[in-house]
Amino acid sequence: MSSATQSPYKAKTSTGRITDFVDQRVGGSGILREFGRKVFPDHWSFMFGEVALYTFVILLLSGTFLTLFFDPSMAETHYNGSYVPLKGLQMSVAYDSTLNISFDVRGGLFMRQVHHWSALLFVAAVSVHMLRVFFTGAFRKPRELNWVVGGILLIMSMAEGFTGYSLPDDLLSGNGLRIIDGVIMAIPVVGTYISFFLFGGEFPGTVIISRLYMFHIMLIPAIILLLVAVHLFMVVVHKHTQYPGPGRSDRNVVGYPLGPVYAAKAGGFFFIIFGIIAFVAALFTINPIWNYGPYDPSPISAGTQPDWYIGWVDGALRLMPGWLFNIPMEWNIPLPWGVNTLSLNILLPALVPAGIVFILLFTYPWIERWVTRDDREHHVLDRPRNAPTRTAIGVSGFIFYCVMWAAASSDLIATHFQVSLNDVTYWLRALFFAGPILGFIVTKRVALALQRKDREIALHGRETGRIVRLPHGEFQEMHAQLDDYKRYRLVSYESPVAEEGIPNENGIVTKTEKRRAALSRFFFEDRVAPATPAELEAGHGHHEAIESAEEHKPVSRY
Amino acid sequence: MKALSQKRRHPLAAIALLVLGLMLTGGLYAVVTTVNQAKADTTTFTAGQAHEGEKLFVANCATCHGLGAKGTENGPSLAGVGAAAVSFQVGTGRMPMQMQGPQALQKPAQFNADQTNELAAYVATLGNGPGIPEAQYLDGKGDATKGGELFRVNCAMCHNAAAAGGALTRGKFAPALAGVSNDHIYEAMVTGPQNMPVFNDANITPEGKRDIITFLNTIEHQGSPGGAALGSLGPVSEGLFLWTAVLGVVIGFTVWLTSRTS
Repeated sequence: MSSATQSPYKAKTSTGRITDFVDQRVGGSGILREFGRKVFPDHWSFMFGEVALYTFVILLLSGTFLTLFFDPSMAETHYNGSYVPLKGLQMSVAYDSTLNISFDVRGGLFMRQVHHWSALLFVAAVSVHMLRVFFTGAFRKPRELNWVVGGILLIMSMAEGFTGYSLPDDLLSGNGLRIIDGVIMAIPVVGTYISFFLFGGEFPGTVIISRLYMFHIMLIPAIILLLVAVHLFMVVVHKHTQYPGPGRSDRNVVGYPLGPVYAAKAGGFFFIIFGIIAFVAALFTINPIWNYGPYDPSPISAGTQPDWYIGWVDGALRLMPGWLFNIPMEWNIPLPWGVNTLSLNILLPALVPAGIVFILLFTYPWIERWVTRDDREHHVLDRPRNAPTRTAIGVSGFIFYCVMWAAASSDLIATHFQVSLNDVTYWLRALFFAGPILGFIVTKRVALALQRKDREIALHGRETGRIVRLPHGEFQEMHAQLDDYKRYRLVSYESPVAEEGIPNENGIVTKTEKRRAALSRFFFEDRVAPATPAELEAGHGHHEAIESAEEHKPVSRY
Repeated sequence: MKALSQKRRHPLAAIALLVLGLMLTGGLYAVVTTVNQAKADTTTFTAGQAHEGEKLFVANCATCHGLGAKGTENGPSLAGVGAAAVSFQVGTGRMPMQMQGPQALQKPAQFNADQTNELAAYVATLGNGPGIPEAQYLDGKGDATKGGELFRVNCAMCHNAAAAGGALTRGKFAPALAGVSNDHIYEAMVTGPQNMPVFNDANITPEGKRDIITFLNTIEHQGSPGGAALGSLGPVSEGLFLWTAVLGVVIGFTVWLTSRTS
C-alpha cells in the first residue's frame, strides 16, 4: 500500500484521532457543517416546537419506564396492594398494575405523573406552535406541506393522548371509552359493527385495553416519530422564518447559528423543560386513578371530563340538544333490511365541529394561496395585524374551539361561579354560533385599528404629551419621530389589494374566478396601506420646523 | 264455597274486591315502610325538650313552615320528616335559610346542639320519621373498600368520586363532603335533604352507611398521595393548571432564553 491513500491529517491527541477515525467513516463534519450553521432567529414564540419535541422525548423516556410495570390485561384480579380504600376489591389486571405503579413501585407514581403532565404539555405546545405558525403566516409557500404534516401530528398527539389515558381501566377512562363507543355506534349502518370489532364484542369486552396499548406504545408513537423526522427535515430544507425587521428579507435568515449558541441554548432548554415537568409532577397530582375506582359500566362520577385536548369534542356533545323544539334528533329509519337508527344528537356534535376545524386547518394554506394568487416564497413572517382577515379567521376558529372547550367544563363553571348549569349551556349554545362571528368582526376591526395606529406613528411619530407654544401663539404637541429601524417594522409589510376577476383566454370571467374575486374582496377590501416613502417624506416635512427647533432635546419613549 | 260462587255476580262484588286489594297493598306498604323506619327511630326526647323546641320553632321557623309546621307556600310541612332531618338541616346551618334560592346553602349554625335537639324533639312529635342515628354506625370503623364501592355506585354521580362535589340542574349542586361530620352524612342519607334522594335502610343498610362514612373519613384523612390535589376535580383543573401555571413558566423561560443582553 502506498502512503498516498493515507489521510494527510494526523491528529495530535487520542480524542482527536478517534474523532477523525469516526469522521472519515460517517462524514460527521459534513453533517455538522450543514446543521451546525443553520441559523435560528431569536424570538420566544419560535420555541414552542422545541417544547413539543422535548416533551415528546420525556414521554418516550417516562413511558418506557411505565411499560416495565404495566400489564394491559383485562383479566380479573383482587387488589392486594398498599392503598387501603381499594383493598380486596375486584378489578382488572390493568388497573391493578397501574395502582401498583402508583403505590408499590419505587418512583412509580412520580413517573406516572411525569408521563401524564408532559403529555398535557406536549399537546399544548403543539397547539400553541400551530397557532403561532397560523397567525404569523408561516404556513405560506414553501411550508404548506409542513403545515399539513404538523396538522397530522396534532391529530396523532390527540390519539396518543386518548389511547394513553384510557389504559388504566379506572372509572374515568372507562367512562371516556363508553362515550367513544357511543360515537362509533352512532355512525349509520356500520357503527355497531365497528364497535363490535373494536371492543371484540359488546362493550367493554376483554380486549380493548390491550388493543389500545398496542396503539399507544407502538403504532402511534412510530407514526409520530416518523412525522417528526419529516417535519424537522423540512424545517432544515426550508430554513427558519423570521419576523420582519431591518436587514431581514425572504433571501436571508438573521439570527444565531445552531453551533455553538443555539446548541447550548436548545440543549439547556431540554433540561429546563424536564425540570419544570419534574417539579410539577413531584408537587401536583394528575389523574389520581385511586379516586375513581375500577371500571364498572354502571357508576359515573360527577366532573367526568376527558383530558383537555379531547375536551372540545366532549363539549360539543354536551351542547347538542336531544330535541330541537319539537323535532327529535334521533330518527328510526325503516330500511329493507330492518330499522336503522340515525342518532343525529351524537353524530352531529361528535363529527361536524371536528370536521369543520380540521378541514379548514388543512386546506387554509391553499385557500389563501388561491385567493391571493401568490406563488412567491415567504420567509419573512406577517405581524398578525398586517393580515387582518387571516388573523380574524384564526381568532374566529379559536373562539369556536374555546366555546366547545368551555362547554366540557360546564358543570364546574356552574358550581364554581354559582350559576345555573342550564344557563351556562344556553349561553354557550348561543356563543357556539355567535362567538366566532363576533370574534371575526372584533378582531378584524382591532387589527385594522392597530395598522392605522402604526401608520400614524410612522408618519407623524409618537405623541410626547409636550405642548409647545409657537411665537405666533399657536399651541402644538411635540411628536417624537421613530428612528429608521423602528419605522421599518411599521412600513415594511405587504398589503394586497382586492382583485377583480381575471378573464381567461376566451375573455370570459368564469364562475370560479368570480368566486375568487368575491373572496379576494372579503379578504382585502378593508385595508390600511403601509406608509409609502413619498408619504413619509411629506409627513416629515409637515413638522420640520418644530423638529429642527427641538432637535437638541430628542425624546425617546417607546 | 257455593255461597261465594253464587254471589260473585253481586253488584257489590267488584267493589268488595277492590277494597280487599287496596287494603292488602296498603297494609303491605305500611308494614314495609315501618320496617324501613323502625331502626332509625331510636333516640327518645323528653316532653320538656319538645316543649322548648316548639317555642324555638314558633320564633324562628314558623314564618315559612307555618304554625304547627303545617307548611306554607314558602316552606314544606315538616310532619314526618323526623328528628334526623332537623338535626341535619339546623345542625349544618342550612336552616333557618338565609334566603330563598335553588337550594339552602350551608352557613354557620344558628342554634347550639341543645337547641337543635329541642327543635328535633318538637318536629319528631309531629309524625313518624327517621330519628337521630345510632352511634354504632357513626364510628367510622367499617369497611372502607366496601364503602368506596357503595359510594361510587350511589353517590359519585353527584358528589364526584373523590367527594369533591358536582353540579345539578338550575343552580342546584351536590356539595363537597370534606369536613362534614359523620352524623350529618348519615342523616343526609336517611332524609335526602335538598335534592338528594333518600337512601333508606332497604336501599343501603345501616352497615353499608357505616362503610360509606368510613370510606369518606379514610379519603379525607389520608390526604392526596400524589401531591396537591388541585381540588380533586379531575382533568379540568389539571388542564387549567397546565395552560396557566405550567405554560406560563415555560413561556417565561422562552422569553429569557431568547432575550438579548443589552
